[in-house]
Amino acid sequence: MKLNRRIFLGTGAAAAASALASPMVHAAGHARPRVVVVGGGAGGATAARYLAKDSKGEIDVTLIEPSRSYYTCFFSNLYIGGFRDLQSIAHSYGTLASEYGVNVVHDWAVAIDRDARMVSLAGGDAVPYDRLILSPGIDFVDGAVAGWDVSAQNKMPHAYKGGSQTELLKAQVAAMPQGGTFAMVAPPNPYRCPPGPYERVSMVAHLLKATNPTAKIIVADPKPKFSKQGLFQEGWADNYAGMVDWIGSDFGGDNVEVDPEAMTVSIDGEVTKVDVCNVIPAMKAGHICEQAGLTDGNWAPVSAHTMQSRVDENIHVLGDACSQGDMPKSGFSANSQAKVAAMAVRGALTGSKVFPAKFSNTCWSLIDTDNGVKVGATYEATDEKIAKVDGFISATGEDAALRKATYEESVGWYAGITSDMFG
Amino acid sequence: MQGSFLTTLTTVVAFFCAAAVNADETAQALGDLETGAKVFKKCAACHKVGEGAKNRVGPMLNGIFDASAGAVEGFKYSKSMKRAAADGLVWDYERLDAFLENPKSMVSGTKMNFRGLKKEQDRHDVLAYLRQFSDDPANIPEAAPTAMAVEIELSPEILALQGDPEYGEYLGSECLTCHQVGGSDQGIPAIVGWPKTDFVVAMHAYKEKLRPHPVMQMMASRLSDEEIAALAAYFRDLE
Repeated sequence: MKLNRRIFLGTGAAAAASALASPMVHAAGHARPRVVVVGGGAGGATAARYLAKDSKGEIDVTLIEPSRSYYTCFFSNLYIGGFRDLQSIAHSYGTLASEYGVNVVHDWAVAIDRDARMVSLAGGDAVPYDRLILSPGIDFVDGAVAGWDVSAQNKMPHAYKGGSQTELLKAQVAAMPQGGTFAMVAPPNPYRCPPGPYERVSMVAHLLKATNPTAKIIVADPKPKFSKQGLFQEGWADNYAGMVDWIGSDFGGDNVEVDPEAMTVSIDGEVTKVDVCNVIPAMKAGHICEQAGLTDGNWAPVSAHTMQSRVDENIHVLGDACSQGDMPKSGFSANSQAKVAAMAVRGALTGSKVFPAKFSNTCWSLIDTDNGVKVGATYEATDEKIAKVDGFISATGEDAALRKATYEESVGWYAGITSDMFG
Repeated sequence: MQGSFLTTLTTVVAFFCAAAVNADETAQALGDLETGAKVFKKCAACHKVGEGAKNRVGPMLNGIFDASAGAVEGFKYSKSMKRAAADGLVWDYERLDAFLENPKSMVSGTKMNFRGLKKEQDRHDVLAYLRQFSDDPANIPEAAPTAMAVEIELSPEILALQGDPEYGEYLGSECLTCHQVGGSDQGIPAIVGWPKTDFVVAMHAYKEKLRPHPVMQMMASRLSDEEIAALAAYFRDLE
């Protein structure tokens, strides 16, 4: 970690920069401005790391995250498909603490007092902040899928937060009887990782093809279409012929009820007994955003220039939890937004230079062994929103060498983004 | 691109205001929605758009961005439009703009009897209005853009910024989502420690779309010469 030395050495530039503008007044009696980051995923971990790294010790950074081992949601489908083991998508916060000087607190942030600028933790402590960065990810909308609530998640897992849920879903697929049925209830827009459910279908199909080739996959979808649809449907036809039945809203996929006790799924009135049912409900911002009064509808609106909440300029909201405009909710997007927010926060608290916000995203998906596809775009800030300015998508009918290179690229990206998050 | 000069100026100003957190917009919105809604009244006699819109004299316009020409279900198109569709006409922003300027110059036998919107701003505005009724990139990332990137032209002020290590570091943070600072080249090439010239030449080759990689072409296309130089300097010195 050669960059880390800069934290301690490069103070000259920071001192010169801070002379350009007077730093904001921060909490009295505390030597350094304090930034608290809630949530240690792609948004929060990246923001904490960049703030600590780039402020070179000028900012006191606290990261609040309940898990000691963080399992990324991205690449969890590859674990389900057997392309990764669980350990390879687990990360700890040790380096952020030891190399970057981030105060890592393993606790739940339960409430925010915006007037007192204080975050309360489940363990009873309260942490004061000059700026707060919220990156809590998603929660599920109550009553979104008839017959399902969170108490049913061990029978019908969502597996849309990394870790034990992903493990459970994979175990359930492995235990399916020969010729059994896997059902997925896909989520309505907007949701975390637009191609995610369909990559999951591909990975489940990959697993079943090897061990249970007569099994069936049914997808009930409340949407008429989905991201990378042409690529996935081509891939399913080429690699998993006859296995996947996707039922979009035009065919009743939006009229769904599940019964976790009976293990049945009703799609447009037709009841099917299933062996595994992956329910991915409608999503909303992590609960703390609502508690803090930052949400409008299900999400927390933010300024595109700085990721500041439209409600409270001392709070920045990143990643899946915010509504910002055109960026899809993805780990890549959250990581990209975190860098813009870190720059803005540092500028406000220490007077460092602030450059125009730039954002980007790429989503890779694996269809089958060495068969990767991707979609990506660049974004810029307008006063109204983060707006898409350019983009690309893999083409149908690409040759095997290109698809293999795309998959290898995704593996390289995983290594890159996780070291960008966790150091 | 209209307004790009002004935005370039704003960008330059933003560079020099060290703590200008609320830098002015850098992307240019397609046009103005409200004005666009008024312009659309000229179209509305024949075209419907929005929830539940049906075909009338002309096809309904939901989802028109990035759709193939002649593809709205249940509409009886002219032979010309069918031919254009078979030739691969897709309604991206530039083609919609050209069609609206003069429909018959683009598709000679189209049934659309409208002489066109001659004012560029009218077309931008009406397209911004129509864009709302196509897919949202937040849900379908491959959906059409909603704004135009501003090309940052070289000016003496920007050239004076050459080698700004802080700017290189900020821009470079975007590269580090994929390329590892430690120099690993598994799946994605290493970019640290390159000679500056090699780095600049490679980035320009992506920008000119001479090197074939869609992510890199996209990333390079929005970088100015100066920004490429700043990145080259930053990554060269990163151990």
